[in-house]
Amino acid sequence: MVDQLLLPEIDETNRPFWQGCRDGVLRIQRCTGTGRLIHPPRVMSPWDNSAELDWTEVSGEGRIWSIVSPHPPLIAQFSALAPYNAILVELIEDPRIRLIGNLVAAVDQPINSVSLDRAAIGDRVRVVFQDEADDWVMPRWQLC
Amino acid sequence: MIKDKAAIAGISQSAFSKSLEQSELRLACQVVSDALLDAGISPEEVDGLASYTMETTSDFELAKNLGFGELSFFAQTPHGGGGGPATIGLLAMAVATGQCKVGVAWRSRKRGAPDSRVWANRAASAGLVTAANWSRPWGVLRPVDEIALLTARYFHETGASRNHLAKVALNAREMANNNPLAMMYDKVLTREKYFDARWISQPLCLFDNCLESDGAAAVVITSTERARDCRHRPVKIHAYGQGLSRQSHSMIDFFSENPMYGSSDSCARMLYQHSDIKPADVDVAQIYDAFTSLVLFSLEAYGFCSKGEAASYIDQNGLGLNSPMPVNTAGGGLSEAYIHGFNLITEGVKQLRGTACNQVDSASTCLVTGGGCSPTSAIILRS
Repeated sequence: MVDQLLLPEIDETNRPFWQGCRDGVLRIQRCTGTGRLIHPPRVMSPWDNSAELDWTEVSGEGRIWSIVSPHPPLIAQFSALAPYNAILVELIEDPRIRLIGNLVAAVDQPINSVSLDRAAIGDRVRVVFQDEADDWVMPRWQLC
Repeated sequence: MIKDKAAIAGISQSAFSKSLEQSELRLACQVVSDALLDAGISPEEVDGLASYTMETTSDFELAKNLGFGELSFFAQTPHGGGGGPATIGLLAMAVATGQCKVGVAWRSRKRGAPDSRVWANRAASAGLVTAANWSRPWGVLRPVDEIALLTARYFHETGASRNHLAKVALNAREMANNNPLAMMYDKVLTREKYFDARWISQPLCLFDNCLESDGAAAVVITSTERARDCRHRPVKIHAYGQGLSRQSHSMIDFFSENPMYGSSDSCARMLYQHSDIKPADVDVAQIYDAFTSLVLFSLEAYGFCSKGEAASYIDQNGLGLNSPMPVNTAGGGLSEAYIHGFNLITEGVKQLRGTACNQVDSASTCLVTGGGCSPTSAIILRS
């Protein structure tokens, strides 16, 4: 599947997030000065420029902040799955932190396995980790 | 402050269509040449240029093709469709401060063909990749998907619905049906047709999306004093604002603390600070409409109603020629052409000259906004 979906470009700033996924945990960047979570990750804390940034494991639980369903025209790899769902998840630990993702019916199911009429804004979700390819793991979400 | 010191003296636009033969360079040269003729100013006098960073025609290509004089000011504005009014604002500042005397701003863009879609081409969107690292891997690929996510949330929080998006789409189409230059001039849209349309990114359907267009447009800016001697009544640049909201993530703008307060809100704050013309004084508005929901967001951001109240604003006031503030009077990006918002500027000028196809009676003030939900800009024009 690695050739089919778009992979992010890994750099020093986002590598811990993706390593976390390989480890089966959701890790989010944190400002050690204020304790605030940060996403997407930064090279410097916007809340305290002199503070170190570290990474902390979160519960992987959240709520759907928004949900949509892309239809064609799409690039070929996503066209084949359309219509699929895309969601924004707000984390239980800090609802100001939102992650883009997809709902799946089960850990081995594709991103078109939950239709829009089966989920709504506010629904509780939990992260699952899907193997996309050798050494590549994507975080996705299941309804609780 | 730039207040009324500079004015738009000339405008021009190409034909708008799904497929024009000419290159973007040729279109750019043609519209700039025509805008200078419209103003009655010689190319030799041009000494300032402003364009979008996404513009493919470079300053020197334009200058050497058209025979400009020595340029003393040339600048660009970033962030796609948010940058349109800012090109006018930059030139107004440059003219007001003496950095140039005659400035030209333009946009030439051929995006009618399906294979010109930037989001479909990984190489072409290389500049977007860092920001898109947190969206594209999950299939949030296109601007429409990003705006759909905000729209679905907006519906949830405010009670607005597709009925209101339909009203925006139908208003644009009715305006275009009376504009012979509009791509949708002879294509009628009905409420039934809107609700029967296929999804592009649910909850946004085909008619919530702007057109895919080839075309170009240009404006000529000089001092208001000089503009009085030009061929048309000057359209003064009264105020200008730019805005990039706190913790904005460019067009993928839902990672900030409150995504319902975005760059348009920041921009409006700046705009009105320097403006004697307040929301209640705006006679006609050209609101960036790459997607219908952006019009709702902007009605709120630019102060025509409170936050979350755009749906009831539209229900009560309407957007058409008989409404208190007609919106997108040439058909906008939804139904005239999508030239990255630049045709909204030329339409604003036509309204204040009194030469628009859907002329608003005694219009003397016009707001023109850039793309919402991305770093953006806006101008207030007056006759």
